[in-house]
Amino acid sequence: MPYDEALERFEPVLGLETHVELGTASKMFCACPTTFGAPPNTHVCPVCLALPGALPTANATAIESTIRIGLALNCSIAEWCRFARKNYFYPDMPKNYQISQYDEPLCFDGYLDVEVDGRTVRIEIERVHLEEDTGKSTHMGGATGRIHGADYSIVDYNRAGIPLVEIVTKPIPGTDRLAPEVARAYVTELREVMRSLGVSDVRMEEGSMRCDVNVSLMPRGASEWGTRTETKNVNSLRSVERSVRSEIERQAGILAAGGRIVQETRHFHEDTGTTTSGRSKEEAQDYRYFPEPDLVPIAPDFAWVAALKTALPELPRLKRKRLQQEWGVSGLDMEAMHNADAIDLVEATVSAGAPPADARKWWMGELARRANEAGVPLSALRITPDEIARVCAMVAGGALNDKLARQVLEGVLNGEGSPDDVVAARGLQIVNDEGELSAIIDQVLADNADAADKVRSGKIAAVGALVGGVMKASRGKADAGRARELILDKLGVSG
Amino acid sequence: MSLIHKTAAELGALIASGETSAVEVAQAHLDRIAAVEPQVNAFLHVDAETTLAQARRVDERRAAGEELGPLAGVPIAHKDVFTTTDMPTTAGSKILEGWRPPYDATVTRRLREAGLVILGKTNLDEFAMGSSTENSAYGVTRNPWDLSRIPGGSSGGSSAAVAAYEAPLSTGTDTGGSIRQPAAVTGIVGMKPTYGGSSRYGLIAFASSLDTPGPFARTVLDAALLHEAFSGHDALDSTSIDAAVPRVAEAAREGDVAGLRIGVVKEFGGDGYQPGVLARFRETVELLESLGAKVVEVSCPSFTTALPAYYLIAPSECSSNLARFDAMRYGLRVGDDGTRSAEEVMALTRAQGFGPEVKRRIILGTYALSSGYYDAYYGQAQKVRTLIARDFEAAFHQVDVLISPTTPTTAFPIGERADDPMAMYLADLCTIPTNLAGNAAISVPCGLADEDGLPVGLQIMAPVLGDDRCYRVGAAVERALTDRWGGGLLAKAPAL
Repeated sequence: MPYDEALERFEPVLGLETHVELGTASKMFCACPTTFGAPPNTHVCPVCLALPGALPTANATAIESTIRIGLALNCSIAEWCRFARKNYFYPDMPKNYQISQYDEPLCFDGYLDVEVDGRTVRIEIERVHLEEDTGKSTHMGGATGRIHGADYSIVDYNRAGIPLVEIVTKPIPGTDRLAPEVARAYVTELREVMRSLGVSDVRMEEGSMRCDVNVSLMPRGASEWGTRTETKNVNSLRSVERSVRSEIERQAGILAAGGRIVQETRHFHEDTGTTTSGRSKEEAQDYRYFPEPDLVPIAPDFAWVAALKTALPELPRLKRKRLQQEWGVSGLDMEAMHNADAIDLVEATVSAGAPPADARKWWMGELARRANEAGVPLSALRITPDEIARVCAMVAGGALNDKLARQVLEGVLNGEGSPDDVVAARGLQIVNDEGELSAIIDQVLADNADAADKVRSGKIAAVGALVGGVMKASRGKADAGRARELILDKLGVSG
Repeated sequence: MSLIHKTAAELGALIASGETSAVEVAQAHLDRIAAVEPQVNAFLHVDAETTLAQARRVDERRAAGEELGPLAGVPIAHKDVFTTTDMPTTAGSKILEGWRPPYDATVTRRLREAGLVILGKTNLDEFAMGSSTENSAYGVTRNPWDLSRIPGGSSGGSSAAVAAYEAPLSTGTDTGGSIRQPAAVTGIVGMKPTYGGSSRYGLIAFASSLDTPGPFARTVLDAALLHEAFSGHDALDSTSIDAAVPRVAEAAREGDVAGLRIGVVKEFGGDGYQPGVLARFRETVELLESLGAKVVEVSCPSFTTALPAYYLIAPSECSSNLARFDAMRYGLRVGDDGTRSAEEVMALTRAQGFGPEVKRRIILGTYALSSGYYDAYYGQAQKVRTLIARDFEAAFHQVDVLISPTTPTTAFPIGERADDPMAMYLADLCTIPTNLAGNAAISVPCGLADEDGLPVGLQIMAPVLGDDRCYRVGAAVERALTDRWGGGLLAKAPAL
């Protein structure tokens, strides 16, 4: 059912479970390194391979990071809690149980405020807990890349035991037609909180941040929530938004036709933007959780937690509020920068000396366009805030105009060196020689006699075409403002 | 006296003084093993070359002037549930047949560093589940006192090896009595240290919250020396206690009970207990009084609920601990012919690789942890556990140690209880409360039952980290009885 129609008839309720791999030096329960991309099965030891007799020991830094995340999300921190075993058999899980947390999470009852469409939405956080990642299975042969139908599977245990924080929201009602945007804004904000805390590199494309999206629908006016589905494999911000939209449309179609929603896990497909059915809850596992007897309970010292709270960095939303004031931009502009992941870049550019308006203009204009063309995030462009600030300075100093500046940026992005290198190599400098400019203008006036007459007769607006001609003739190097002055002068009109 | 009949303390001193060498001592025990193993079957793995190489290394270390501990050069047998890099480790199970661990357990590593020489790996009930060693996938071990009877379990290979003079020392693990009960029925000393006092790293887990490595020896002092050699905090086991090791060897040397308050557990005795066991126990109580101890009766009412609680907690933990044996990374793999899924291979391997008792406990534990049953079974058992710890706590306000018979009966005939799990489980009736509460307990020989002439054990229970009290009282009993008998209890055993 089309989205608009779906929203006329139904109200969505969201829920998000986000897994974040912590950037600790060693794994959660052993001393193996956590670096991404090592040859398969080289970061393994008796503990993370679950050899007989091996025992886990908890990574204190991971516990600290989890508490800091909890504090940043306004959670209460457990005075005493335990790890629990989640039991199920799967070849990429060496112990055939995952050490996780069950009814005693480290952090609980928090919230995260996000901005959507100019309004603030408070997302309630149910819990933040610490667990270990599994190994990574690759299913070879077969059409789907999933275990069923595969010829054989290979497992890399390098990832097994990497500390993983799971952040679970409470159900989020009331988002209405903005549900996809709210989901995306929440994940975006969460990612920034993680970045500001420095606890994870939160790269969705590498799987260091992964999202499961729960969606249910209820008929407008109803008070009882519908059956929810859980969509896994949602590996980009865009996919978060698309998967919610797609699931709302799918569920609305079923409900409108009198069908019922099956409580199940669904898989999101980036290529089609739709979800397909996974495991249904009818065949769901009983995980037989029980307190992990190999580890002692965690009892964070109250004073230590208080000190961690005091030492939290400025959180992204507050920082945005401050920057918005400092930069003097509107809330919507700020939200646009936020959505484009540009705030840190703009801030760095401002720190390097550029006026906020200029810094924002370049990142949100020319550079956003180029990033979009290349299909990469802004931060992946091969240009630094310092380089943008340098270009801004050259424009402010009159050495470049905007058109030339764009060429300089292009040169930097092409790897031609620093802005100064590009200016020198490409000969990009505003023509400051009055004689040369005057000669060009004379030629343009001669070639465009009609336009010149219009200006003479008082139609000052026609000067634009003449200035354009001068810019063209100078191949963009003329100072457009100065050219306008000279033209008006020569034609005997005052601007 | 031949080398094999000497105590570990004596052997250590003889080696230190140069009167004999680690190699000579190792060779004497290897000869004994070769002579009696056909009857006893205490060992799953013996490798004379590896053993002698270790012994030579100790002799070299000493020759090089290295400062070595009191047990350097003394041979030891390890229960085959501790990982060893130079010998296979099977846990008595087909599922680990031939597995060579790439790492040493903390217990084995520390004993290697202390210069103990490994004679081999001893038989056990599969994954330490049992009280008779009949559940081993590799055949039964026989009690040196009577080869038709069980040596106790699960550490039956370790108890039999020491009782048969194949080794002066051995290691065991005690989850519900698996050191104390075999020690009792073979007439030797076996100690379950305070939980967390000895590291579980490299001990193949049965029930993580209960498993405790401990020593077997023929004398209380030998057990204490071994206890000290492998105990102490281990950063690789987070449940390991970061505190000084109780001074057990000193306590064993002193062996003094004058003025000590000793409690007899009221709940352990009466129906189901062999008269000969109760008779020896009562005599030991009188003996302790004669040595100056003040003996009172203490009631610990929750102890009667310990057995059912144990048989929920231990299987629950084992159902999870044994999940890792899935044919994926090590051990047995059945049915991997290219047509079957990983899931099918796992199921086939576990069906063939585990024995019936292990399967029984996995099923029991899986059920007890299941959604909808957890509170009634596992949750309830944990509450019982708390009650038992409170009973101990209250008792230790009144007395310094508690005593009871170690087991209700002497060694039973092989096969007698093999098809009756409930009867088998009763062997651990008196030992289980200590595992649930995590405190310390020892079994020392206190005589032979009149009916069958088989050894009876006295259990001495002490508070958490009060391990030294077990040795203090145990040594006093040992000294008095040795004086009375004119030698150790084992001297009364028939020759093999």
